[in-house]
Amino acid sequence: MADEDKERAAYRALVDRVLNGDGRASAEQRARAFGNDGLAPPLDALIDKVANRPAQVTDADFAATKASGFSEDQLFELVICAAVGQSTRLYDAGLAALAEATVSGEAR
Amino acid sequence: MRPEILNSGYRPGTKLLFAVIRLFSGQPVPDAAKLVFYRPDFYGAQAKKFIHEAMRGPSAWSVGDRELMAAYVSKVNDSAFCIGAHTATASQAYQDGAKVQAVLTDLESAPAEEPLRATLRMLGKLTAEGEVSGDDMREVLSAGVSPQQIEDALAVCVAFNTTDRLADAFGFEVLSPEGFEAGAKYLLKRGYR
Repeated sequence: MADEDKERAAYRALVDRVLNGDGRASAEQRARAFGNDGLAPPLDALIDKVANRPAQVTDADFAATKASGFSEDQLFELVICAAVGQSTRLYDAGLAALAEATVSGEAR
Repeated sequence: MRPEILNSGYRPGTKLLFAVIRLFSGQPVPDAAKLVFYRPDFYGAQAKKFIHEAMRGPSAWSVGDRELMAAYVSKVNDSAFCIGAHTATASQAYQDGAKVQAVLTDLESAPAEEPLRATLRMLGKLTAEGEVSGDDMREVLSAGVSPQQIEDALAVCVAFNTTDRLADAFGFEVLSPEGFEAGAKYLLKRGYR
């Protein structure tokens, strides 16, 4: 593998691990946190903040989700999935724009 | 940090390691370092591989350039811990704290090379708005940045968009200036592995 592919390969391995490896939260819950989509209150509010307004996450967000039945280990995983999911959307958007700009091949 | 398991849920061997680090560095273990030791099989092990590759792997960007990108993305995200950590690391890497401060204060007037400025501008837009266009990328290419350099910069941007979110969500404690300087020295010596 060329050096230039190592970053993307390492990132894909990270995404695969948090989504598909063993976890305390179900794979379905982790996928929903990753996509910031289809989660029920109050978890949806915490995950949306992690994805879009992380500086606004408070102790109360964690307290509310714990009170609704999630363990701290599940929240650890779901917050990570939310952060990695939003970052993946940025990565995909950036790589797509780069591909569009270099589609003619002259820049390569 | 929150939740509480990130403060107290470490294995005895890991707690001992933290104590040794505190003893020898004279500084508390940064929360960013502690996080990757919590159930490392879930996140820390793979995250370290990716971040190390992005920040220290082969690239036409210098280590200082990449640390400045990390600081700049964190500034756009307003993530206090990562701004402090990577401002210190970029400043040590360049041995030019004034350049780093100038870029973080006003990118357009800062004494930065045009390829770096154009790249930071694009990373800032992607981070703030969630999207960039083909025209945005053409501007970066026309500033003399290669497609591979753009890919490398995107990897740094992605690494710190993840880390910034975790820092804010988990509530990383902001260190003293001496703590950030000690962390920067470690990151330049050992990287992110």
